[in-house]
Amino acid sequence: MESTRDKEKTEPSASRRNVLSMIWMGLGTAALIEFGWLVFTFFRPAKPLVGPGDRGQEIEAGPVDNFKPDTVTAFPRGQFYLACLQNGGFLALSRRCTHLGCTVPWIEAENQFICPCHSSAFDIKGDAIKPPASRPLDLFRVRIENNIVMVNTADRIKRTAFRDNQAVYAK
Amino acid sequence: MAAVLILLQFGTGLLLKFAYEPHPVTAYSSIQLLQNTVRFGQLVRNLHHWCANLLVLIVFLHMLRVYFTGAFLPPRQFNWVIGLGLFGLVLLANLTGYLLPYDQLAFWAVTVSTGMLEYIPAIGVHLQEMLRGGADIGPASLRIFYALHTAVVPAVFVFLMAFHFWRIRKAGGLVIPRKPDEEFDAPSTRVPTVPHLLLREAVVAVVLIAVVLLMSVFFDAPLEDPANPGLSPNPTKAPWYFAGLQEMLLHLHPTFSVFVIPFLIATGLLFLPYVRYQSDAGGIWFVSPTGRRLAVWAFLGALIITPFLIMVDDFLIGTGRLPFGLPPQISNGLIPVILISLVVLGVYFIATRRFAASNNEAIQTVVVLLLGTFIVLTATSVWFRGQGMVLRWPW
Repeated sequence: MESTRDKEKTEPSASRRNVLSMIWMGLGTAALIEFGWLVFTFFRPAKPLVGPGDRGQEIEAGPVDNFKPDTVTAFPRGQFYLACLQNGGFLALSRRCTHLGCTVPWIEAENQFICPCHSSAFDIKGDAIKPPASRPLDLFRVRIENNIVMVNTADRIKRTAFRDNQAVYAK
Repeated sequence: MAAVLILLQFGTGLLLKFAYEPHPVTAYSSIQLLQNTVRFGQLVRNLHHWCANLLVLIVFLHMLRVYFTGAFLPPRQFNWVIGLGLFGLVLLANLTGYLLPYDQLAFWAVTVSTGMLEYIPAIGVHLQEMLRGGADIGPASLRIFYALHTAVVPAVFVFLMAFHFWRIRKAGGLVIPRKPDEEFDAPSTRVPTVPHLLLREAVVAVVLIAVVLLMSVFFDAPLEDPANPGLSPNPTKAPWYFAGLQEMLLHLHPTFSVFVIPFLIATGLLFLPYVRYQSDAGGIWFVSPTGRRLAVWAFLGALIITPFLIMVDDFLIGTGRLPFGLPPQISNGLIPVILISLVVLGVYFIATRRFAASNNEAIQTVVVLLLGTFIVLTATSVWFRGQGMVLRWPW
């Protein structure tokens, strides 16, 4: 008998204490989450100054006639290669290896881009022809205006394989 | 030994901090200035460099010793985990320190290693951007790596080391080596710490410092050309302690070599002390005579099979696309990983069934097998890869 009465006496205050401590815990957790979020946003990199499609990032590669079919020209300023395919189509290929980001040089003798880091190879269309790279080189947007090739380096286009509509042709 | 090296790193690192400027334009020249005009500047940088390399080696050897003498068994389980954390921290310290000189080696090693993050599912790309402070390696990356290297890593080091040593004391000191047939609780005679242990530790420390000093006097830490984002050197090689990983990258699809396999191995290592073992082998080298024999066989097996596999795969890659016409995730990733897992399981079962090994011995056999493979991969990458990552003889 005595024990049950004791229980009745203590139960309300115990549950009140429970609720209060629950609230405290909840507030603490919320504060922690908020704090964590603050730290996280502090470490988030600043937004790049150029947005997608920015015209300021457009690089003039030169007149169409400067590029012979089946050749690759490097543009170090824009960090890309301008490939002129056999049928005269233009592709602007990023020089960054899709495997781990090394800069791939164009090896004239082998007609391939060969990565010095892990020996991936890409053909003139940017397709990966030798592992470990599993994805073709990224593209930049090419525009031909008044017979002059322009390359927009603001956005990098990822792709899974070369398709003919990726190449840009002079009219 | 490792503790002495870390103290040396704190000391030399502090000195270097006075000379170094963490900005892409000035980082390289500040190092040159340090080496050419500051008295003992080159020596201090060499010390920092060689200590860092030795630290990886010594911590790794310590880990092997702890494993093979069963010093990770209860009550020392959690200290094994802390030890793994410390090992990871040593690697992180070396990686973040790597970028700071901002030479070609630094730039490309960090490009590649942060490039690997891209293949971690879901969070990889964000993690990469956060660590680089943008899409590419640049001023922000240097700032971030500098902060990590000179503040975050040392702070965590102090904390984890204290924890590590305290756990050793809690466990009643080190594991006492014994012969396989000796009783575990054979009472051993104890001697006072001062002067017996202290004297020995002091001797080791002094010899170690002498060795590092000699290395630093005679061999300069490398400094290549200033970083040039337009030109990856050929061949681009990782520092030796990441060479095994680089070799694996040549053979497997990056999702597997960067994420799946390291993840499996790390998890395996973490759970090693928490397996329920059949025999208590604390203090015995290689558990038992059976364990010793199996370990030798596994090691030899790995030494023979791995080079063979490397050459076969190199030949397959050389002939163009791999056969089967499957997507690379499967032909270059899933299939090899499944085959490796089957071999590992096979070895485990052969050890337990054919040689009636206890699970201590069988798991140890697997660990030795993987260790041997790792050593071969590292050696291949360091010595047998030439220009264009072609296999060649080192001479």
